[in-house]
Amino acid sequence: MPVVAIVGGTVHGVDSDREATVLVDDDTGLINDIIPGGAPDGAAEQVLDASGCVVVPGFVDLHSHLRQPGNEAAETIESGSRTAALGGYTALVAMPNTDPCMDSAAVINEVMALGRTALCEIKPSAAITIGREGETLAPMAELVDLGVRMFTDDGTGVQDDQLMRRALEYASSLAADDGTQIVLSQHCEVNALSHPGVMHEGAWSAKLGLAGQPSEAEELMVMRDIALSRLTGMNVHMQHLSTAGSVDMVRRAKEAGIPVTAEATPHHFCLTDAACASYDPVFKVHPPLRTDADVVAIRQGLADGTIDAVATDHAPHTPDSKELPFDQAPPGMLGLETAFALAVTELDLSLDRLVELFCSAPARIAGLDARHGGPLRVGRPANLAVVDLEHRWTVSGSEMASLSTNTPFEGRTVSGKVRHTIFNGEPVVVNSKAVR
Amino acid sequence: MKQLISTADLTVADVDDLMRLADSFAEVQTRDVPKVPALRGRTVVLAFFEDSTRTRTSFDLAARRLSADVLNFSVASSATKKGESLRDTVETINAMGIDAVVVRHRSSGAPVQISRWTDAAVINAGDGWHQHPTQALLDYYTIRQRIGGLDGAKVAICGDINHSRVARSNVDLFTKLGAEVTLVGPKTLMPPQTSDWPVTVSHSIDDVVAEVDVMYLLRIQTERLSSGLFPTVREYRSRWGLTLQRASALRPEALIMHPGPMNRGVEIDAEVVDDSRCVVLNQVAAGIPIRMAVLYQVLGPGRFEDTAGDQVGVSTDAVVEQGGQAEPTNGAKPLSVDATEVNLEADSQSAIKEASCQ
Repeated sequence: MPVVAIVGGTVHGVDSDREATVLVDDDTGLINDIIPGGAPDGAAEQVLDASGCVVVPGFVDLHSHLRQPGNEAAETIESGSRTAALGGYTALVAMPNTDPCMDSAAVINEVMALGRTALCEIKPSAAITIGREGETLAPMAELVDLGVRMFTDDGTGVQDDQLMRRALEYASSLAADDGTQIVLSQHCEVNALSHPGVMHEGAWSAKLGLAGQPSEAEELMVMRDIALSRLTGMNVHMQHLSTAGSVDMVRRAKEAGIPVTAEATPHHFCLTDAACASYDPVFKVHPPLRTDADVVAIRQGLADGTIDAVATDHAPHTPDSKELPFDQAPPGMLGLETAFALAVTELDLSLDRLVELFCSAPARIAGLDARHGGPLRVGRPANLAVVDLEHRWTVSGSEMASLSTNTPFEGRTVSGKVRHTIFNGEPVVVNSKAVR
Repeated sequence: MKQLISTADLTVADVDDLMRLADSFAEVQTRDVPKVPALRGRTVVLAFFEDSTRTRTSFDLAARRLSADVLNFSVASSATKKGESLRDTVETINAMGIDAVVVRHRSSGAPVQISRWTDAAVINAGDGWHQHPTQALLDYYTIRQRIGGLDGAKVAICGDINHSRVARSNVDLFTKLGAEVTLVGPKTLMPPQTSDWPVTVSHSIDDVVAEVDVMYLLRIQTERLSSGLFPTVREYRSRWGLTLQRASALRPEALIMHPGPMNRGVEIDAEVVDDSRCVVLNQVAAGIPIRMAVLYQVLGPGRFEDTAGDQVGVSTDAVVEQGGQAEPTNGAKPLSVDATEVNLEADSQSAIKEASCQ
């Protein structure tokens, strides 16, 4: 019985004051034992030093762009899973805006097959509409049978009110064989109002002479989807909230018992539209970087539970595509390798709340909570991350495992380094290096 | 001055230096051979990613009158339409060994990006809605000639402010020089937020027309109609155009300005163009000495003081020296006759080089 012993760390949810050893069975992929204060009895095949670290459930990302199939120069499922593992993730939901789009059984099957050898669990989401064109529903029942639990046209929102209503109603009538819920996840943006904006509309866009997207372009769709969630009783997950108004509406919807959930990204709680003054397209993202007041509201939403999860919106782009003029460059930024450190560094939150935001809540929303998101208990699948919260390091896009380098945090010093990541019992990251 | 991206980057002293230099270069233009060897041996690339005959021609002439070698890099013959990144294009031009790149681009910020990828001096010849600094400088030069300056002057800029690089450049420059600027037009043509701009905003040209020293009109692009920014050209003219009737309300010594090209009968009535207060052609003429002054400031001896003497020889040095002084007390003839003679040779050389480059 090959056993991995994680020694010397404090184990989240066990006893925050005492070190504990976690024993993991490499064959079954389960947590064998958690021994408070204990040390390995010599049976361990591999010992991982966790001294000075916390042992937490592996992170779950609700929002990653892995670019495969279609743009393998920017990222592949393998490289994306490696950068995810280095960031402490053991599962991620792959967005469907690939080429071809993940709107059919054929493409979903391909992504799932490629995901089987990845360094974390790859959960494909599928498009709500064929080609993400907002006109015809994708074969949702067939895709649910293949294992899809999240549907989204991410990159764009479903513009047609009636079609979105029908998608929610249709999804509500589908039952997953494992009892997990099906969720429609929305990129909230009213295109008619955001077009042709390339950054947040406000003082900076006015000064820089760049077309802006008003906050209201997002908020109108947040408002509509709250209404449609109330109408259909179906859960709507709001992707990458970026405005104070959106946070406020989601907070009030939750108070009213409407079944909505929400995520926010590290770049929306760390950066503002002032970064666009450099005209460096590495700061171009949709929804755009907003104002200081919006950053404050996002942080408040993360603290008070309005926002359920931190999601990365990891969006790799090749260097040449980010060396276009700002208005022509594609939107998006890397996120998987920096997300947790940015949260540790920038958010004044307890470890318990961080674990909710990075682990338990996203695992529940994605239908992955049987295997991911904790709690760390004997007999549970061994998906966990070992993090040195005090370790300071400097972000460098070229040192990441992503095939792309478009991090907006280049050169920033952050606290919190993932030392080891265990995926289904296998140490895939050891001493901050991917093992394969 | 190492480059010129935005008028916001200029100090009042920078502007004064440019104006004095432009005065000197304006005098050069009146000579039989309107040319000086100040930038002989320097190569200036005109990288126009967007068509602009007027601005390109003006920069071209300005560079040639300083005896620089001029290389035209036009978008039609370039690789940018084939998906080449902006950086690759710039590095290709850069590899040819150039001293300055004059950039016109339809995207705001392109010159800022380009300046990160080249050691050559970058001169912004207009980028998107962002800036057009030489236009603002030549506008100020024209105003300075006619009414002396801008300190305390009232300027109205009327039209499509939001989509105008000229408006942004002129607001930055004019307010820095002490002007009170009012932006005039419907809300749909205003930037989304101007509360932090040092201007006032008016939606009525009639409220400001009788008070201003400068009435600056911007070109109305009829494609804005399809975006719902105003209903009809007729309505625009009737509400915000400088009609003959409104021009009669302008003060007798006020200036009527326009960056061109004009839509006669839209933002300005045809008869108003012929008004003696309309200085549109003076603006065009000012473009040459202003762009000579800008090229000289970014490429002149200040930038190349380590090598200038070795490369261009003694007689050119004398020209550079005198052009560089250009103190107000220096009078109207800072550039020597000797220099002009030297330059006859440079003229033919650069002509040969230009022919081979294009």
